[in-house]
Amino acid sequence: MAATPTSKYMTEGEVGLGLALLVGAFLCALASARAVDAPFSVHMAVFALAAVAGIAAILKRYEERPAEAAPQQIDGKPNYNLGPVKFTVIAAMAWGIAGFLVGCTIAFQLWAPSLNLGLEYTTFGRLRPLHTSAVIFAFGGNVLIGTSMYVVQRTCRARLAGDLAPWFVVLGYNLFIVIAGTGYLMGVTQSKEYAEPEWYADLWLTIVWVAYLLVFLGTLWKRKEPHIFVANWFYLAFIVTIAMLHIVNNLAMPVSFLGSKSYPMFAGVQDALIQWWYGHNAVGFFLTAGFLAIMYYFVPKRAERPIYSYRLSIIHFWALIFMYIWAGPHHLHYTALPDWAQTLGMTFSIMLWMPSWGGMINGLMTLSGAWDKLRTDPVLRFMVVSLAFYGMATFEGPLMAIKAVNGLSHYTDWTIGHVHSGALGWVAYVSFGAIYCLVPWLWNRRELYSLKLVEWHFWVSTLGIVLYITSMWVAGIMQGLMWRAYNALGFLEYSFVETVEAMQPYYLVRALGGVLFLIGALIMAYNLAMTIAGKTAVEREPEATPTAEPALVPAE
Amino acid sequence: MADTANPGKPPAGPETTGHEWDGIREYNNPLPRWWLYGLYATIVWSFGYWVLYPAWPLVSGYTSGLLGYSQRATVLDEVEAVRRERDARGQAQLASATVAEIRADPALLRLALATGKAAFGDNCAACHGTSATGRIGYPNLQDDDWLWGGTPEAIEQTIRFGARSGHGEAHLGDMPAFGRDGVLKRQELEAVATYVLSLSGMPGVAGASVEKGAEVFAGNCAACHGEAAKGNPEMGAPNLTDPIWLYGSAPDQVVATVTNGRKGMMPAWEGRLDPATIKSLAVFVHGLGGGK
Repeated sequence: MAATPTSKYMTEGEVGLGLALLVGAFLCALASARAVDAPFSVHMAVFALAAVAGIAAILKRYEERPAEAAPQQIDGKPNYNLGPVKFTVIAAMAWGIAGFLVGCTIAFQLWAPSLNLGLEYTTFGRLRPLHTSAVIFAFGGNVLIGTSMYVVQRTCRARLAGDLAPWFVVLGYNLFIVIAGTGYLMGVTQSKEYAEPEWYADLWLTIVWVAYLLVFLGTLWKRKEPHIFVANWFYLAFIVTIAMLHIVNNLAMPVSFLGSKSYPMFAGVQDALIQWWYGHNAVGFFLTAGFLAIMYYFVPKRAERPIYSYRLSIIHFWALIFMYIWAGPHHLHYTALPDWAQTLGMTFSIMLWMPSWGGMINGLMTLSGAWDKLRTDPVLRFMVVSLAFYGMATFEGPLMAIKAVNGLSHYTDWTIGHVHSGALGWVAYVSFGAIYCLVPWLWNRRELYSLKLVEWHFWVSTLGIVLYITSMWVAGIMQGLMWRAYNALGFLEYSFVETVEAMQPYYLVRALGGVLFLIGALIMAYNLAMTIAGKTAVEREPEATPTAEPALVPAE
Repeated sequence: MADTANPGKPPAGPETTGHEWDGIREYNNPLPRWWLYGLYATIVWSFGYWVLYPAWPLVSGYTSGLLGYSQRATVLDEVEAVRRERDARGQAQLASATVAEIRADPALLRLALATGKAAFGDNCAACHGTSATGRIGYPNLQDDDWLWGGTPEAIEQTIRFGARSGHGEAHLGDMPAFGRDGVLKRQELEAVATYVLSLSGMPGVAGASVEKGAEVFAGNCAACHGEAAKGNPEMGAPNLTDPIWLYGSAPDQVVATVTNGRKGMMPAWEGRLDPATIKSLAVFVHGLGGGK
């Protein structure tokens, strides 16, 4: 303690959150005891334990912290709050590897269905949402929350708003992931794709997400820069839109407030339209806008070049968010959805093409004058290749939204290939690039443990992606053509079973591609762990100056 | 505002906006022409599409477009066209003709075989296999061994009503569980399994007595399978003298069959498939090679 002892009090936030957690723990324990189904009982017990752990964490922090609140600035420099960011980086890697592993498992199950082991917990139907949620929401979500908390602080020159709030967001979000994932394994689902968690998990995420919005807005509010940096527009669009989508698509009535099952408010084609309005904008605002924000900070930072065009960033930002919100009905071509809604979904998807490419142009052109760095910096290469995949996927998307093309591609594995060229090539690669940048910055290391391992990660996973998407293109188009093949007498040439049989070799190639991608991520995790452990200095040049700053962190 | 990210190098492009965030600056390059014209082109194309096709919702109804396109009308037209085309080829006759008449008329037969093949792939292949060769528990339809008779009429009957399907006219009669129900002892079960295997020259349970098995067979099995064990399609009792074994020919598999009995289920397709399709399936299955 300092020489001038000031008496130490709990802050209003500590007392308030502590009491709220106490009430929450009590109510959840009660709900667990009186639950009408076992999964709900388990989940309420998890919530109660998490609340108790939260109280313990608040008390422990109070014990250890100085009497005064953390200063906004130290020696005139912003006192950035990096703890929650570090947590998300580690969580993202852990969830990512788990999600890739589950993905490989179900890929092999499609090749050999008996690999579901005959257990209800390991059937494709339960593991598939576990895979999609783990990679999109657990891996991608942690990357987005972590990078947004980092970027908004540095580009606003302000400490993250809130004292406990950032930790509440980060831990609360990961608690949601645990509830969602264990729910799928126990068979708890509301059967809406990418919105499978049941009502109580949705309510919890809503609370966490509003806190996230407030932390982000609060930091923008405190900013010391006159203008808001472009990445922060994209982050804000992502946070606000996801809140709206999440709430509307999950409007539901629980069968019992002590049970896990609920029924959605909408039914039939209305429900389908709401679901795909949600589903497609989860792609648009979670997987596109959010990761474009990452691109807008990390690419110019790593390339050490100014962003190509401010004008383009404005135009494509507004065009992107205006067009994207209409495109959902292209998931429902040739269904009970009215013709006019299908038309709007299709035409807005076409108009979305150039606004999407605006981000790719701005990213790639930022490298003009720095292309030589691609030869020497595999981290930058991850990000550039991610932009190439982004461009490819955002061309393929509008193409597949055209009704005539969709008539061939819909319900086939072409869609799976398309999604993964976006998910593996764009989302994961730009995330890997950002994390490779972030870890040395956050843990104050000169550089990564090994750039050679980054090279290995890059080539192994790129080979994996190529195997994945080419096998799914071939398989999907073949599948679509087989489904619509007629013989001379006007009968279908192939039965459904025959088309399934024909897919088998491609499923194996796809699974092997997935394994390569997983191996790449394991190499990355090892590299990051060694970096955090500080193992780099031995191999590298000795620290020449005693005041060595991490090479890539610019002056405050 | 020093360019900390790029010390000493003058910016290569046009002026930056003058802002800087954490070392990041922005050029203010104009929009790439091809990009802007691309955006305009997609917008113009969309307006054109909206004029031609149903597009915008109104208070009641929607703008229906100059082409008068309707997905529902299109699909109804297509279904009607296929129906007319098939009728022209004799689909209607298929429904009224008997199986024998179909087989006598080459044009009808060709149509029935095509209908049957398509229907088989979507309805039967899941159990009997895409090439109808069956697997353990699901009969091979390519051979000439028929549990319930192999004439086209018998096959049609089996498809229509199934076996043990719950339909009122379904084939009934199962293989009793001689062991589980305590009718035969372990030694007798092994003996009778060895005896029936010996009829097709196959090895039985080591040490079991064929003579004892013959005795057990005469007393318990001959009623359904016949004195000579040639089977009886009236009861669905298989021929035990051929090397075809629905539930496997390994001694322990045969012992298991006699011990626990068997009652495989074939669904009834009447009501799920129309009569023309069922008849066509009968013709198709009969024509696979083993029909009688």
